[in-house]
Amino acid sequence: MKSGGVDDVEIRLLLEGVQEIYGYDFRDYADASIKRRLTHWLAESEFDTFSQAQSLLLRDRSAFESLLRGITVNVTEMFRDPAFFRAVREQVVPFLKTYPFVKIWHAGCATGEEAYSMAILLNEEGMAGRYRMYATDINEAVLQKAAEGVMPITEMQRFTRNYQKSGGRVSFADYYTARYDRAILSPALKKDIVFAPHNLAVDGEFGEMNMVLCRNVMIYFKPALKERCLHLFDSSLLGGGVLCLGLKESLERRKMGERYEELAPPLRIYRKRYG
Amino acid sequence: MVIGVSTGGLQALQKLLGQLPADFPLPILIVQHMRPDVESGLAKLLDANCFLRVKEADEQDEILPGTVYLAPPNYHLLVEREGLLSLSADPYVSFARPSVDVLFESAAEVFGPDLIGVVLTGANFDGSLGLKTIKQKGGVAIVQDPADAEARQMPQAAIAATGVDYVVALDGMAALLQMLAPKRASMSHNIRGRNA
Repeated sequence: MKSGGVDDVEIRLLLEGVQEIYGYDFRDYADASIKRRLTHWLAESEFDTFSQAQSLLLRDRSAFESLLRGITVNVTEMFRDPAFFRAVREQVVPFLKTYPFVKIWHAGCATGEEAYSMAILLNEEGMAGRYRMYATDINEAVLQKAAEGVMPITEMQRFTRNYQKSGGRVSFADYYTARYDRAILSPALKKDIVFAPHNLAVDGEFGEMNMVLCRNVMIYFKPALKERCLHLFDSSLLGGGVLCLGLKESLERRKMGERYEELAPPLRIYRKRYG
Repeated sequence: MVIGVSTGGLQALQKLLGQLPADFPLPILIVQHMRPDVESGLAKLLDANCFLRVKEADEQDEILPGTVYLAPPNYHLLVEREGLLSLSADPYVSFARPSVDVLFESAAEVFGPDLIGVVLTGANFDGSLGLKTIKQKGGVAIVQDPADAEARQMPQAAIAATGVDYVVALDGMAALLQMLAPKRASMSHNIRGRNA
């Protein structure tokens, strides 16, 4: 393997500086993806090299925040992986309904597509008012967007297809109002969601959760940070609580896997054992 | 070695992989475009029809010689410096996820001149930027002869994008790869050994 060129040196120096000055440690992120995102940010910026950008980024917080937005945005869609949402509807919700009230942590919620999907699903299954969802992300700009609940209308066709395949009970159009090129999600969906900042690399657990979702977030992390996240989720979950990961993330070959049973094997839905 | 393929990929991959021996000395990473919502049995199908081990890539898989890793549906496949695979759910690149360009570019960063990039049949332009990067980093570029491809756009775009080393029909490709592979296998091995 090659040890990399000037770009890699520049990126390493920049991330060290960012860590010291702003406290965000991106050295725990998988190199290949973060490099792609940084390179994309650089191409859109006024700078030719990371060295040129570094001076401004380390001195001007608002410039840094544009970089932060660029490299921490996770992209998702409503009802991504319909089979997963169908399994939640059919296998997880009946269990959640045995509680009078449940708490759900959606870690790395980005612009909120999956949090709203969960809210739609829970409301349809008769759980409206019986849950609180804490939807968190490191990136405050995307949280603000998430809280607005406005999406590009062009996405609605794809989301509708996903929703139907996931076992949706009504017409997806009931959940939004079209305004020009945007779809405004129904305010009723927001009622039980709390959007809040949370950094998986440094912040602590959310106590006493019945369900934790963190899908396609840890794939961007190096093993140590991944381990930290899983530990956080484990200590946040009550016995019997449900952990949902991305389709390519699993508890296989992990020690904490012993404390979990897999509910719907290919779909990465795990249930924590009691005791 | 990295392969990018789209329309007509199943037959092309079956033919090419079927002609490679079990002791082929390089790992093979493949992006085959497919619909995100369809359960893909591609890895199993290919595995049953060739001597190499074929699997769908998992994050942090160690990249081993003689093994074929397929990008999972709806994820980009990337190579990390430590010789591991990683996945990403970032937006479509070149209208695709998985994208050939993403795999080729990240593999070129890591393997440099030891990398062989192969563009096969496909009805789009994905892979041409990636193949260009592979050439810039000193790697070898191989493209399926457009006349031999079920869909010629992807090979044609790759040929137009960069100076390609070999344009060959699928039938001659396995022999070519077996000729090129051993030298690169020993080079990668040495560099990896030093870093380890």
